[in-house]
Amino acid sequence: MKRAFTAAIAATILAGAAMAETVAPGDVVYEDGAVAASLTGAAGSADEGATVMSSKSIGNCISCHQVTALNDAPFHGDVGPTLDGAGDRWTEAELRGIVANAKKTFDESMMPSFYKVEGFTRPGTAYTGKGIDAADITPLLSAEQIEDVVAFLVTLK
Amino acid sequence: MKFKALTALSGVLAITAAGAVSADPDDDTLVINGEIEIVTKTAAPEHMEYIDEVMSGWHFRSDETQAFELDDFDNPGMLFVEQAMDVWDTVEGEKGKSCADCHEAVEDSMKGVRAVYPKYVESAGEVRTLEMQINDCRTNAMGAEAWKYDGDDITNMVALISSVSRGMPINVAIDGPAEMMWEQGKELYYTRTGQLELSCANCHEDSYGMMIRADHLSQGQINGFPAYRLKNAKLNSVHARFKGCVRDTRAETFAPGSPEFVALELYVASRGNGLSVEGPSVRN
Ligand code: HEC
Ligand code: HEC
Repeated sequence: MKRAFTAAIAATILAGAAMAETVAPGDVVYEDGAVAASLTGAAGSADEGATVMSSKSIGNCISCHQVTALNDAPFHGDVGPTLDGAGDRWTEAELRGIVANAKKTFDESMMPSFYKVEGFTRPGTAYTGKGIDAADITPLLSAEQIEDVVAFLVTLK
Repeated sequence: MKFKALTALSGVLAITAAGAVSADPDDDTLVINGEIEIVTKTAAPEHMEYIDEVMSGWHFRSDETQAFELDDFDNPGMLFVEQAMDVWDTVEGEKGKSCADCHEAVEDSMKGVRAVYPKYVESAGEVRTLEMQINDCRTNAMGAEAWKYDGDDITNMVALISSVSRGMPINVAIDGPAEMMWEQGKELYYTRTGQLELSCANCHEDSYGMMIRADHLSQGQINGFPAYRLKNAKLNSVHARFKGCVRDTRAETFAPGSPEFVALELYVASRGNGLSVEGPSVRN
């Protein structure tokens, strides 16, 4: 009883702390496309990032990118460049900026903006084809998931 | 081979584009039943700015899928054409008429029709798709109920009408009274929709020949429609396909039969001017 209670309080405090630190999509500061600070205030998990990138229902990055380190997952596309060596080509801040909103780095990029909630034409509710109220739009990836992906990308040397 | 809007490319992407080795569309040729020659690749119509050669989606499918189209006995879409053939001769509606009562043999009266639709119909004062024309015949000439715009009945009938024009070049008019709608369709083609912010052009003009996950991206041509898809084992209409593609951008789609999709169909059809009518095609 008592332990469960303390754990619950601890969780609430932690969640509160995370929320206080999380940068909202509209508040992200881009400098030449790069984002210097972690969106959550903490470092992400590279393992989680690998899952986000290869899961069709989450980041689905491999639908456009080939990544040798993710070869266990099937069907890598080639609409975008291979991400092998991305950790050599880009700094952590640049990678964070590319994942959050690639259009700040690559003008008119075909790559979706994963941490953005406004400025869409006819946005829909996921893949239902039905519309969505602007206020209900959530980013494609959460701040945590972005940090997880960044933590994975920097390992691609 | 493939023209890109080089001015629009950043240095980074230019390197990328050159370095990407994609599964190119193949060089096979399509002759149906050993006699109907299908033009599956040809010079792009003049109005196309970024592509110099247009190609049927047939080139982007596997050899096994391609083979279904070689012979009508192997093309599952032809089963639905046969069903529509029966409907062609069936009397329906208050006026006691069948399609055949007004149009006689479909092979003769409908030859060449698919190739020029959507088109501006003078008497109606509007641009019409084949579906709209068919439903006008049903409601006005036959006194029957309109079919659901992208339902099986109408899609099968469109397939029958397409099948008798196979091998003829698509030749959709884009000037005169159709021009305004064509411009609207073009605008829609290049508009990036949904939360993924993707336009038709992003996938079917900038990236055809590339893989998006397990899919080999084609030019998104509609000369092969209706298309029998192995995935859902029936004929699929143009607007149903458009709806699926728009939905995949996480967007709110337009309805089949809506003025927006009619405009988009006119524009996309015109991007295939010069290719042969190929429907009913087989795709995955
Ligand atoms: C719809 C296609 C698409 C998807 C999905 C996509 N990207 Fe991209 N990405 C691109 C393209 C195209 C480029 C090339 C940059 C440009 O647009 O000029 C790119 C570039 C990049 C780059 C820079 C690569 C380099 O080294 O030059 C990184 C890093 C990257 N993407 C990561 C990701 C991650 C992580 C995800 C998923 C969370 C993702 N991408 C999802 C299309 C995509
Ligand atoms: C996210 C990528 C994407 C976007 C955006 C997209 N499509 Fe597609 N489309 C596909 C894929 C994948 C297929 C199946 C493979 C193929 O034929 O390209 C397809 C197939 C098609 C086909 C069938 C081609 C054939 O020969 O069977 C048509 C027609 C088409 N798309 C039209 C459109 C139009 C019009 C739009 C814009 C309203 C559009 N697409 C937007 C990915 C896309």
